[in-house]
Amino acid sequence: MKTLSNLFKNNIREYGMLIALIVIMIFFYFMTNGILMKPVNITNLVLQNSYVIIMALGMLLIIVSGWIDLSVGSVAAFVGSIAGVMIVKWDLNWVLVMGICLTVGGLIGAWHGYWVAYLKIPAFIVTLAGMLIFRGLTLVMVRGEAIGPFPVGFQKISAGFIPDFFHMEGFHLTTIIIGIIVCVLLILSDLRTRGNQQKYGFEVTPLSFFISKQVLLSAAVMGFCYLMASYKGIPNLLVIMFPLVASYSFLTNQTVIGRRIYALGGNEKAARLSGVNTQRLLFLTFVNMGVLAALAGMVVASRLNSSTPNAGEGFELDVIAACFIGGASASGGIGTVIGAVVGAFLVGVLNNGMSILGVGIDWQKVVKGMVLLLAVLFDVYNKNKSS
Amino acid sequence: MSEVILEMRNITKTFPGVKALDNVSFSVQRGEIHALVGENGAGKSTLMKVLSGVYPHGTYEGDIYFEGKECRFQDISQSEEVGLVIIHQELALIPYLSITENLFLGNERANKGIINWNVSISRAKELLKKVGLHEPPNTLITNMGVGKQQLVEIAKALAKEVKLLILDEPTASLNETDSEKLLELLLQFKSQGIASILISHKLSEVSKVADSITILRDGATIETLDTHKDAITENRIIRGMVGRDLTHRFPPRESQIGEVIFEVKDWNAYHPLHQDRKVSDNVNIHVRKGEVVGIAGLMGAGRTELAMSIFGGAYGTHINGKAYKQGKEIDISTINKAIANGIAYATEDRKAYGLILIEQIKDNITLANLEAISSSGVINEPQELTVTREYRDKLNIKCSSILQLALNLSGGNQQKVVLSKWLFSNPDILILDEPTRGIDVGAKYEIYTIINRLASEGKGIIMISSELPEILGVCDRIYVMREGKIVGEMPAKDASQEIVMKHIMFEQEAIEQ
Repeated sequence: MKTLSNLFKNNIREYGMLIALIVIMIFFYFMTNGILMKPVNITNLVLQNSYVIIMALGMLLIIVSGWIDLSVGSVAAFVGSIAGVMIVKWDLNWVLVMGICLTVGGLIGAWHGYWVAYLKIPAFIVTLAGMLIFRGLTLVMVRGEAIGPFPVGFQKISAGFIPDFFHMEGFHLTTIIIGIIVCVLLILSDLRTRGNQQKYGFEVTPLSFFISKQVLLSAAVMGFCYLMASYKGIPNLLVIMFPLVASYSFLTNQTVIGRRIYALGGNEKAARLSGVNTQRLLFLTFVNMGVLAALAGMVVASRLNSSTPNAGEGFELDVIAACFIGGASASGGIGTVIGAVVGAFLVGVLNNGMSILGVGIDWQKVVKGMVLLLAVLFDVYNKNKSS
Repeated sequence: MSEVILEMRNITKTFPGVKALDNVSFSVQRGEIHALVGENGAGKSTLMKVLSGVYPHGTYEGDIYFEGKECRFQDISQSEEVGLVIIHQELALIPYLSITENLFLGNERANKGIINWNVSISRAKELLKKVGLHEPPNTLITNMGVGKQQLVEIAKALAKEVKLLILDEPTASLNETDSEKLLELLLQFKSQGIASILISHKLSEVSKVADSITILRDGATIETLDTHKDAITENRIIRGMVGRDLTHRFPPRESQIGEVIFEVKDWNAYHPLHQDRKVSDNVNIHVRKGEVVGIAGLMGAGRTELAMSIFGGAYGTHINGKAYKQGKEIDISTINKAIANGIAYATEDRKAYGLILIEQIKDNITLANLEAISSSGVINEPQELTVTREYRDKLNIKCSSILQLALNLSGGNQQKVVLSKWLFSNPDILILDEPTRGIDVGAKYEIYTIINRLASEGKGIIMISSELPEILGVCDRIYVMREGKIVGEMPAKDASQEIVMKHIMFEQEAIEQ
């Protein structure tokens, strides 16, 4: 029993928000008479929150470096407007335009990064300026009107689903097979980690916990896939998002550059004196943010099937909230990719659940604000207790 | 010497899992200087936090009597009210406020919330005169040296009509002259009836000024020595602190010195803000294989600035000069190039510049040489664990696991983590800036042992230190710096504290005459 409570205590910060997410999902499941977990709604949930998750990956790196980016909503809108003008008005090939848009996003990130990293202007100010500048430029691009519709290929980015190779009536078997593959990979990777930990004499969780964790995780993945399969299968967007999340998680945990970003945010001076090129690294995190904001901008444009002047308004707040709810520290050096993704889903489920219940946008904002505060309080409280 | 001003009786304070203070009793007479000594972790700071109300009444057991009255402080303001002021090791001044504003912070000379600047400034002048600080009261704290800031802290205590002054390591970041001045001041206060509690690792100053010395070890009072009854030697105090005789403060070493491994010639560097100010002025120094070279000097003599300008221009602008490694000229214009050329610099300020406190020990150790444990940018975690454990064992870092945060280590162990980081970068030349600042006697000895071992492995070591006994005890050769220049060089065996001090001070004496 003691080990159980210890285990819980040691991992409460890691799993706390995940548990909160599950509790909130169960709550809304009953409140909405099960609508929340209907296949079509789960699919929608993923689609609706895709842009937040994509941008949260970049935002997390910036927050871990100790800064913030307020401009991402405007940048996404601006890039969306470029896509609209180039694809709809100029009739350029949409694949080519996507390449151009990602480059533009990178350049915008470089612009912000240059001001922050090399000219040493606080990111709050630089990106606040960027928020205004790129919102303004969006209006210039679309001349105050919505541009659309997009060609089918471009629409499919956010509206399409992966093809089914089995053609079963009403059930997407490919999705289930992909789910099984993902489960096997997850278990194998966990087994490898556990083996390494044992090999190097670290305390590992008891085997029974390890097995139950794998069972729960696999059940969650399979349950999710089953719901997807009962609708139209895995959306194209998930095919973009899942590898993105996996690779950013890998980047932060296992690579030199990830380690250096944490060092930069943890203590910039010490990192610099240890030979980390802090300026270039900070610059690159902003470039990365720009590229991801551009991707999110195209996803939004594809989903709305038009480029609108006020697309992406307030996105920056959802994205930043996702990171903080997920346990990132405002003073830098702390935060995880998985945490940010869980945070994004938590906000997403709240939005979705309250919308189904018919709670107005006004009260939704109040609730989201309170959740953000409570999540950070929870984190600060845990931190104090552990130190 | 009769009246007891402070008495702490049977104080016990427990933290989850640890008994930090175990039935400690401690008393101070009116107008005496009472030193409190003990190794790091012995409970000195905890005892003072109990006394000053940082740990409020009720969170500890035992009683406190001040001037005969029982005290149950809930916070610091209540202890200050009765005349008990603590000055922490980390100064608590606001850098962008003036001396006057800092002096009366929380204690403003105001009427209905409106500050009376005339009264404030004239009172500030009085206080500054008392502590012997000749600065205009509107000087910003940020523009003053640490020594002067310390004096402002003391003046601030005087502004609160202090009866018992508690100083936690007041001279840790001061040079010899400033320390001297501060101790003078304490003696002066003593004659005015103000008692002081002095917490210090510098035993020489303790035995110089203290009337009584209380030794704490592992959260318990070991003994209280009266310096007037019997002559107390430093070794006597150390015996009480560590519970054994420490006959040698410095480990013995046989130096095997080879050819010159590193040399800088005509090295100049300028202040990053005041670009007409030379911080390194035509410096020529060298270090041989297996040699430990000391750089002595006052705070502000430009020792750290020189070291950092050599370490990839980490400090200063318009740096020029030539650097040679084993006779060949090398490019050390960036930190990365310096590291690649086998130079390492372990900073004097490990918390601000040396460690990432919120990260694990292992992350700190590998940070400067991640390439060695990664391939194509991906970290090999098993390998990382193996090497960091190696360093933990080799340098005897006391921790529950290498996954522990650097934050939770004691000063000595933090210093060992910093050293591990630089050893892992596999340098040929190590610049150690105040490697034993603020760490206890036992850990110091370990650091010296590590330095000796590195030298015997054939590395060249440059050690900056403000503690002359340390420079004399550890180094083979000594440079003396003053105002950015090298003003003296001598073999350690020919040097004594007096000789080095003379080199440090010479020009100032000439000015005074």
